[in-house]
Amino acid sequence: MATPSVLDKIKGQSSNGKSTARKLCLVASKGSLDMAYPPLILANAARMSGIDVDIYFTFWGLDIITKSKMNKVNMSTVGNPAFSMAPYAPWFKIPTWMGIIPGMSRIATWMMNREIAKLDFPPIPEFIETLVDTGARLYGCKMSMDMMNLTEDDLVDGAEILGAMEFMEISKDAQVMFV
Amino acid sequence: MTLTIDLSILENLEFDDDGFMVDHDVWTPEIGAAIAAVLEIEMSARHWDVINFVRKEYETNGEAPTLRRITKAGGIPTKELYTLFTGGPAKIAAQVAGLAKPTGCI
Repeated sequence: MATPSVLDKIKGQSSNGKSTARKLCLVASKGSLDMAYPPLILANAARMSGIDVDIYFTFWGLDIITKSKMNKVNMSTVGNPAFSMAPYAPWFKIPTWMGIIPGMSRIATWMMNREIAKLDFPPIPEFIETLVDTGARLYGCKMSMDMMNLTEDDLVDGAEILGAMEFMEISKDAQVMFV
Repeated sequence: MTLTIDLSILENLEFDDDGFMVDHDVWTPEIGAAIAAVLEIEMSARHWDVINFVRKEYETNGEAPTLRRITKAGGIPTKELYTLFTGGPAKIAAQVAGLAKPTGCI
């Protein structure tokens, strides 16, 4: 028989077959490309580690799970003082006024999508599909949906509508992160 | 693959504090089966498909594949991966395969 400490070490990592105590609730409130990925990446990392995940999409974050918009999530080039040409020319800080030049957002979106693909991260629609398959639960904020005249049919398969008070219920024993 | 499970083979192996094997190259399927038994996983042929793919990738590239690669190149759908290794497929597959704790983000 192997020494208990070895077995404990091995067991320590795992919660296989048991429900995990840890739960994460993410609020995704932004609809620009650079702000859409962080909650998705964190949610996926949590599921890969066996942590339970709920993602609540609210305001512009709803675009990420809206069928007609999820393919068109763009980089915003205005109002971002950190905007630069990284990784092509990290020394070139793009002046904020330049962000308003027509076509800048499209170029920035194209570049970022290319860099994301290079790292083998999926495009947003595929990422959402993967997250549903991992068992992450996706919710559209009821108030935001009413405001934007959306119904459950407008959301990706697997997403549900949830009110703010219901979000309080599901996030009761969870760590909550607002993005 | 049916293997006799013998936990005593774990005795002389070195594991890090997180329970991952330190020397990835001394791994054998018997060791994998013993680790899985400690984790209370009943290994099926499908579990072994995952583990064998992970090992093959490690032997070719020197590191454990990301889950995305297991699904895309290994042909095991995401849903199934999460059913096979409910407590977090990335960590558990690497652990059973005798590799280091995965650091990839996808």
